[in-house]
Amino acid sequence: MSTYYASLFAEAGILLLGALSVYIILATGQLSLGNAAFMAIGAYLSSYLTVVVGMPVTAALIVSAIAAGIIGVIVGFPALRLKGIYLAMATLGFGEMIRSFFINFPAMGGSGGFHGMAHISVGYIWAWAGGILVVLIVVERSRVWLEMQAVHDDETAAGLVGLNTVAIKVSAFGIGAAVAAVSGGLFAHHHVYIEPANFGFERSIDFVLATILGGSTLGLGSLIGAILLVFLPEFLRPIADWRLAAFGTLLILVLLVRRQGIVDRTLLRGLTFRKAAS
Amino acid sequence: MSAPLLQLTEVTKSFGGIHALSAVTSGVPEGKIVGIIGPNGAGKTTLFNVITGAYRADSGAVRLNGAALNGLPSHRIAREGIARTFQNIRLFPSMTVWEHLLVVQPHGEAWWRRLLPVGWGDPAAQVRAEEVMEFFGLTDLRDRPAKSLPYGLQRRVEMARALTARPKLLLLDEPVAGMNHDEAEEVRQLMLKLRATGLTILLIEHDMNFVMRLCDYLYVLDFGVLIAEGTPSEVRTNSRVLDAYLGKDE
Repeated sequence: MSTYYASLFAEAGILLLGALSVYIILATGQLSLGNAAFMAIGAYLSSYLTVVVGMPVTAALIVSAIAAGIIGVIVGFPALRLKGIYLAMATLGFGEMIRSFFINFPAMGGSGGFHGMAHISVGYIWAWAGGILVVLIVVERSRVWLEMQAVHDDETAAGLVGLNTVAIKVSAFGIGAAVAAVSGGLFAHHHVYIEPANFGFERSIDFVLATILGGSTLGLGSLIGAILLVFLPEFLRPIADWRLAAFGTLLILVLLVRRQGIVDRTLLRGLTFRKAAS
Repeated sequence: MSAPLLQLTEVTKSFGGIHALSAVTSGVPEGKIVGIIGPNGAGKTTLFNVITGAYRADSGAVRLNGAALNGLPSHRIAREGIARTFQNIRLFPSMTVWEHLLVVQPHGEAWWRRLLPVGWGDPAAQVRAEEVMEFFGLTDLRDRPAKSLPYGLQRRVEMARALTARPKLLLLDEPVAGMNHDEAEEVRQLMLKLRATGLTILLIEHDMNFVMRLCDYLYVLDFGVLIAEGTPSEVRTNSRVLDAYLGKDE
């Protein structure tokens, strides 16, 4: 595999985790536009732990995920009093807040960025991304996931049938934050250089796009979305300057035809049926 | 008769200047079917919302088996043993019939087991769901999206969902609204079977024929005030009830 393709695969793995972090929160009906902030926390904290403290990268990723998860829960409590567009605005604000914090944080390089991390392989990135995706696909078939779906569908009814909606939403926020932090840690150790501009609003939007495009009702959707988002613009290179416009058009078309995204449960069932029949 | 299962004492709730409930005191004895009737806007659904914690009463007490429920969040009240259905059916649009019955299972299971696929989880939960599905005649529809079913069946799914959690008290908000006579009769038979198992039911219903033939005891609400109570035959002949429904002769 050429280094060029290897780096695209690495980007796809990192984006997959970012998309999953949005997906997990979205599964309870919350839209977060600030997950790049959790990614930044994961990137900076894990880099600090490997470069300054000298921790192995896997341990650093786990610690960063836990730390970001706790921050996610703390942010989650006040944020989840808000719904819909107001929550989206609040998370967007949180994202900008964290980005400007790192710009003004000289201990980690401020706007100049931070470097010194050891490079990780594509295989390592995909071990994390694939592992988390598989765990999620298993959890998607569980009672806990049904409870999240209930909160997503009708929060009031979910509460009245005995589900602790606050706990479910805040936990989803925490887990989503932890997954975003892993994405950030992998990003930092893949690029071996990070700066606050890496974790801006566009990054959060990329996560949301990958989730929505691929299919926001299944973890598998994030995989498809992440791969499309990374590879499609590359395959469109022959049309040069028009490729981003073409990509945008494709995106709009997909969403017009399939609002639920490319994959959903019905499609998956159809595919498995056909396999069983043949 | 011992203390009632559900006891409301002087429950009051206002919205702005409107008294939705004025000092309502009533009791629901264990193992009985009790009805709440009254004209539109009488405060019946408000009463349900106060009991289930969707609204907080301004004053007064709601007790289940003597334990106060006021101020508890609605999921805690549900776990204390009160389940309900809604006047405007509230099913989960993304779920099948079967999933509706799995999601409300009582929380006894270890947390890590609840993270495993449902098939690997607690078999007791599935046995319970099968049982309730069978009881409501929904077994053949288990994998259908609940929202795609006809209205009468959606009401049944809602009742089944409420019952899966093994409540002590079942609140039904207009369980036969929009059903034809035969469907309503089937529901009535189901209610009687449930009562025979010891379940206590409190229901709101406008279909007087249904209420009179099913309920053991009735409360009549009008403009948030309890104007009468008694057995169906007592209520039927109560002059204040007739006035409330038909208007007073001037």
